[in-house]
Amino acid sequence: MNNDASLHRTVVVRNAEGLHARPADLLVRLASRYQATIQIGKNNEWVDCKSILSLLTLGAAQGTELSVSAQGPDAAEAIDSITAFVEAGFNDTGEIRGAYPAI
Amino acid sequence: MKFADFITTKAIRAELKSQTKDAVIEELVQALLEAGEIDADQRDDIISSIMKREELGSTGIGRGVAVPHTKHPSVQKLVGTVGVSESGVDFDSLDGERVQLFFLLISPPERPGDHLRALENISRQLRDDTFCRFLKQSKTAVDIQQLLQEADDNQFVSG
Repeated sequence: MNNDASLHRTVVVRNAEGLHARPADLLVRLASRYQATIQIGKNNEWVDCKSILSLLTLGAAQGTELSVSAQGPDAAEAIDSITAFVEAGFNDTGEIRGAYPAI
Repeated sequence: MKFADFITTKAIRAELKSQTKDAVIEELVQALLEAGEIDADQRDDIISSIMKREELGSTGIGRGVAVPHTKHPSVQKLVGTVGVSESGVDFDSLDGERVQLFFLLISPPERPGDHLRALENISRQLRDDTFCRFLKQSKTAVDIQQLLQEADDNQFVSG
Protein backbone atom coordinates (compact mmCIF):
# COMPACT_ATOMS: atom_id res chain seq x y z
CA MET A 1 0.00 0.00 0.00
CA ASN A 2 1.24 3.44 -0.89
CA ASN A 3 2.25 5.33 2.24
CA ASP A 4 1.49 8.64 0.61
CA ALA A 5 -2.14 7.76 0.05
CA SER A 6 -4.39 9.93 2.13
CA LEU A 7 -7.52 8.36 3.59
CA HIS A 8 -10.71 10.32 4.16
CA ARG A 9 -13.87 9.67 6.08
CA THR A 10 -16.80 11.66 7.41
CA VAL A 11 -18.17 11.35 10.94
CA VAL A 12 -20.83 13.05 13.02
CA VAL A 13 -20.41 14.34 16.57
CA ARG A 14 -22.85 12.25 18.64
CA ASN A 15 -22.54 13.32 22.26
CA ALA A 16 -24.69 16.09 23.69
CA GLU A 17 -21.74 18.15 24.89
CA GLY A 18 -19.88 18.17 21.58
CA LEU A 19 -16.13 18.29 21.15
CA HIS A 20 -15.33 20.06 24.43
CA ALA A 21 -12.03 20.06 26.33
CA ARG A 22 -12.13 16.52 27.73
CA PRO A 23 -12.95 14.72 24.45
CA ALA A 24 -10.42 16.94 22.68
CA ASP A 25 -7.77 15.84 25.18
CA LEU A 26 -8.68 12.17 24.64
CA LEU A 27 -8.75 12.60 20.86
CA VAL A 28 -5.24 14.08 20.93
CA ARG A 29 -3.99 11.19 23.07
CA LEU A 30 -5.54 8.67 20.69
CA ALA A 31 -4.20 10.38 17.56
CA SER A 32 -0.74 10.68 19.09
CA ARG A 33 -0.42 6.89 19.17
CA TYR A 34 -0.11 6.93 15.40
CA GLN A 35 2.67 8.12 13.16
CA ALA A 36 0.15 9.21 10.57
CA THR A 37 -0.63 12.87 10.03
CA ILE A 38 -4.27 13.16 11.08
CA GLN A 39 -6.42 16.16 10.35
CA ILE A 40 -9.97 17.02 11.28
CA GLY A 41 -12.00 19.29 9.06
CA LYS A 42 -15.17 21.27 9.52
CA ASN A 43 -16.55 23.41 6.71
CA ASN A 44 -13.26 23.20 4.81
CA GLU A 45 -11.24 24.35 7.80
CA TRP A 46 -8.63 21.71 8.66
CA VAL A 47 -6.82 21.37 11.96
CA ASP A 48 -4.20 19.04 13.44
CA CYS A 49 -5.86 16.23 15.39
CA LYS A 50 -2.80 16.07 17.66
CA SER A 51 -3.30 19.62 19.01
CA ILE A 52 -5.98 20.24 21.63
CA LEU A 53 -5.92 24.00 21.09
CA SER A 54 -6.57 23.43 17.39
CA LEU A 55 -9.38 20.94 17.98
CA LEU A 56 -11.14 23.37 20.31
CA THR A 57 -11.17 26.03 17.59
CA LEU A 58 -13.65 23.87 15.67
CA GLY A 59 -16.38 24.41 18.27
CA ALA A 60 -17.95 21.17 17.06
CA ALA A 61 -21.35 20.76 18.69
CA GLN A 62 -23.59 17.69 18.65
CA GLY A 63 -24.66 16.87 15.10
CA THR A 64 -21.65 18.55 13.46
CA GLU A 65 -20.26 16.70 10.48
CA LEU A 66 -16.48 16.36 10.67
CA SER A 67 -14.08 15.13 8.01
CA VAL A 68 -11.16 13.00 9.07
CA SER A 69 -8.07 12.54 6.97
CA ALA A 70 -5.03 10.42 7.72
CA GLN A 71 -1.79 10.07 5.84
CA GLY A 72 1.18 7.90 6.74
CA PRO A 73 2.27 4.32 7.33
CA ASP A 74 -0.47 3.52 9.87
CA ALA A 75 -3.14 5.77 8.34
CA ALA A 76 -5.66 2.94 7.95
CA GLU A 77 -5.54 1.98 11.63
CA ALA A 78 -5.49 5.61 12.68
CA ILE A 79 -8.58 6.56 10.70
CA ASP A 80 -10.44 3.48 11.97
CA SER A 81 -9.80 4.26 15.59
CA ILE A 82 -10.38 8.01 15.30
CA THR A 83 -13.68 7.65 13.48
CA ALA A 84 -14.84 4.92 15.89
CA PHE A 85 -14.04 7.14 18.86
CA VAL A 86 -15.95 10.10 17.41
CA GLU A 87 -18.91 7.90 16.48
CA ALA A 88 -18.92 6.49 20.03
CA GLY A 89 -19.58 10.04 21.22
CA PHE A 90 -16.02 10.18 22.58
CA ASN A 91 -17.32 7.83 25.29
CA ASP A 92 -18.56 11.06 26.83
CA THR A 93 -21.52 10.63 29.15
CA GLY A 94 -21.78 14.29 30.08
CA GLU A 95 -21.11 13.32 33.66
CA ILE A 96 -17.83 13.39 35.52
CA ARG A 97 -16.71 9.78 35.55
CA GLY A 98 -13.58 7.77 34.99
CA ALA A 99 -11.29 8.51 32.10
CA TYR A 100 -11.54 6.81 28.73
CA PRO A 101 -10.61 3.27 29.78
CA ALA A 102 -8.46 2.40 26.78
CA ILE A 103 -6.03 5.23 27.50
CA MET B 1 -19.21 34.34 20.69
CA LYS B 2 -17.05 37.21 21.90
CA PHE B 3 -15.12 37.66 25.16
CA ALA B 4 -17.54 40.44 26.09
CA ASP B 5 -20.35 37.85 26.06
CA PHE B 6 -18.92 35.81 28.92
CA ILE B 7 -15.99 37.56 30.60
CA THR B 8 -16.95 39.63 33.64
CA THR B 9 -14.79 42.74 33.48
CA LYS B 10 -14.92 43.37 37.21
CA ALA B 11 -13.62 39.85 37.91
CA ILE B 12 -10.52 40.11 35.70
CA ARG B 13 -7.33 39.63 37.72
CA ALA B 14 -3.92 40.75 36.52
CA GLU B 15 -1.00 39.73 38.73
CA LEU B 16 -2.58 36.68 40.35
CA LYS B 17 -1.14 36.11 43.81
CA SER B 18 -1.72 32.36 43.92
CA GLN B 19 1.14 29.94 43.40
CA THR B 20 -0.74 26.64 43.28
CA LYS B 21 -3.49 25.13 41.12
CA ASP B 22 -6.03 25.03 43.94
CA ALA B 23 -5.28 28.58 45.04
CA VAL B 24 -5.60 30.02 41.52
CA ILE B 25 -8.99 28.41 41.05
CA GLU B 26 -10.13 29.73 44.43
CA GLU B 27 -8.80 33.23 43.66
CA LEU B 28 -10.68 33.41 40.35
CA VAL B 29 -13.93 32.02 41.76
CA GLN B 30 -13.64 34.55 44.58
CA ALA B 31 -13.21 37.28 41.94
CA LEU B 32 -16.49 36.22 40.33
CA LEU B 33 -18.15 36.24 43.72
CA GLU B 34 -16.90 39.77 44.46
CA ALA B 35 -18.17 40.87 41.05
CA GLY B 36 -21.63 39.58 41.98
CA GLU B 37 -21.73 36.81 39.36
CA ILE B 38 -22.10 33.87 41.73
CA ASP B 39 -23.81 33.33 45.07
CA ALA B 40 -21.69 33.36 48.22
CA ASP B 41 -23.24 30.14 49.48
CA GLN B 42 -22.34 28.38 46.22
CA ARG B 43 -18.68 29.41 46.23
CA ASP B 44 -17.24 26.31 47.89
CA ASP B 45 -19.34 23.92 45.82
CA ILE B 46 -18.25 25.63 42.60
CA ILE B 47 -14.59 25.44 43.62
CA SER B 48 -14.85 21.75 44.47
CA SER B 49 -16.61 20.88 41.22
CA ILE B 50 -13.92 22.70 39.20
CA MET B 51 -11.29 20.72 41.12
CA LYS B 52 -13.15 17.47 40.39
CA ARG B 53 -13.06 18.28 36.70
CA GLU B 54 -9.31 18.87 36.94
CA GLU B 55 -8.87 15.42 38.45
CA LEU B 56 -10.21 13.91 35.22
CA GLY B 57 -7.42 15.55 33.29
CA SER B 58 -5.85 18.98 33.50
CA THR B 59 -7.49 21.80 31.58
CA GLY B 60 -4.00 23.20 31.03
CA ILE B 61 -4.24 22.91 27.25
CA GLY B 62 -0.72 24.08 26.41
CA ARG B 63 0.95 27.35 25.45
CA GLY B 64 0.77 28.45 29.06
CA VAL B 65 -3.03 28.46 29.01
CA ALA B 66 -5.63 26.74 31.20
CA VAL B 67 -9.41 26.76 31.02
CA PRO B 68 -10.61 25.48 34.41
CA HIS B 69 -14.39 25.08 34.24
CA THR B 70 -17.51 23.42 35.51
CA LYS B 71 -21.21 23.28 34.97
CA HIS B 72 -23.17 24.56 37.93
CA PRO B 73 -26.93 24.81 38.43
CA SER B 74 -26.63 28.07 40.38
CA VAL B 75 -25.69 30.16 37.31
CA GLN B 76 -28.30 31.26 34.80
CA LYS B 77 -25.85 32.03 32.02
CA LEU B 78 -22.24 31.33 31.15
CA VAL B 79 -19.96 33.41 33.37
CA GLY B 80 -16.21 33.63 33.20
CA THR B 81 -13.13 35.56 34.06
CA VAL B 82 -9.48 35.88 33.12
CA GLY B 83 -6.43 35.78 35.34
CA VAL B 84 -2.78 36.34 34.51
CA SER B 85 0.13 35.03 36.55
CA GLU B 86 3.48 36.61 35.84
CA SER B 87 5.54 33.71 37.20
CA GLY B 88 3.18 30.98 36.06
CA VAL B 89 1.66 28.16 38.10
CA ASP B 90 2.24 24.42 37.91
CA PHE B 91 -1.11 23.21 36.58
CA ASP B 92 -0.25 19.66 35.43
CA SER B 93 -0.60 20.95 31.88
CA LEU B 94 -0.78 18.56 28.97
CA ASP B 95 2.51 19.93 27.64
CA GLY B 96 4.11 20.22 31.09
CA GLU B 97 4.51 24.00 30.88
CA ARG B 98 3.61 26.36 33.69
CA VAL B 99 0.36 28.25 33.14
CA GLN B 100 0.25 32.03 32.94
CA LEU B 101 -3.18 32.58 31.40
CA PHE B 102 -6.37 31.33 33.04
CA PHE B 103 -9.86 31.45 31.57
CA LEU B 104 -12.26 30.19 34.24
CA LEU B 105 -15.77 29.31 33.05
CA ILE B 106 -18.96 28.36 34.87
CA SER B 107 -21.90 27.34 32.73
CA PRO B 108 -25.50 26.29 33.33
CA PRO B 109 -25.87 22.50 32.94
CA GLU B 110 -28.25 22.71 29.99
CA ARG B 111 -26.18 25.03 27.81
CA PRO B 112 -23.33 22.93 26.36
CA GLY B 113 -23.37 24.99 23.16
CA ASP B 114 -22.43 28.22 24.93
CA HIS B 115 -19.54 26.51 26.69
CA LEU B 116 -18.28 25.11 23.35
CA ARG B 117 -18.49 28.53 21.68
CA ALA B 118 -16.57 30.12 24.55
CA LEU B 119 -13.83 27.48 24.21
CA GLU B 120 -13.83 28.03 20.46
CA ASN B 121 -13.35 31.77 20.90
CA ILE B 122 -10.62 31.39 23.52
CA SER B 123 -8.67 28.82 21.49
CA ARG B 124 -8.96 30.79 18.24
CA GLN B 125 -7.62 33.94 19.84
CA LEU B 126 -4.86 32.13 21.69
CA ARG B 127 -3.54 30.62 18.48
CA ASP B 128 -2.36 34.13 17.72
CA ASP B 129 1.12 34.58 19.19
CA THR B 130 0.81 38.34 19.51
CA PHE B 131 -2.42 38.15 21.49
CA CYS B 132 -0.94 35.44 23.71
CA ARG B 133 2.23 37.40 24.38
CA PHE B 134 0.47 40.69 25.09
CA LEU B 135 -1.93 38.97 27.46
CA LYS B 136 0.92 37.37 29.40
CA GLN B 137 2.60 40.77 29.70
CA SER B 138 -0.53 42.52 30.99
CA LYS B 139 0.00 44.26 34.31
CA THR B 140 -3.47 45.60 35.00
CA ALA B 141 -7.05 44.49 34.60
CA VAL B 142 -7.60 47.45 32.30
CA ASP B 143 -4.80 46.23 29.99
CA ILE B 144 -6.43 42.79 29.84
CA GLN B 145 -9.85 44.25 29.20
CA GLN B 146 -8.48 46.34 26.33
CA LEU B 147 -6.79 43.29 24.79
CA LEU B 148 -9.99 41.28 24.99
CA GLN B 149 -11.84 44.17 23.39
CA GLU B 150 -9.29 44.33 20.57
CA ALA B 151 -9.63 40.57 20.09
CA ASP B 152 -13.42 40.95 19.94
CA ASP B 153 -12.89 43.58 17.26
CA ASN B 154 -10.89 41.00 15.26
CA GLN B 155 -7.61 42.82 15.54
CA PHE B 156 -5.63 39.63 16.09
CA VAL B 157 -7.17 36.86 14.01
CA SER B 158 -8.69 36.85 10.59
CA GLY B 159 -10.72 33.70 10.72
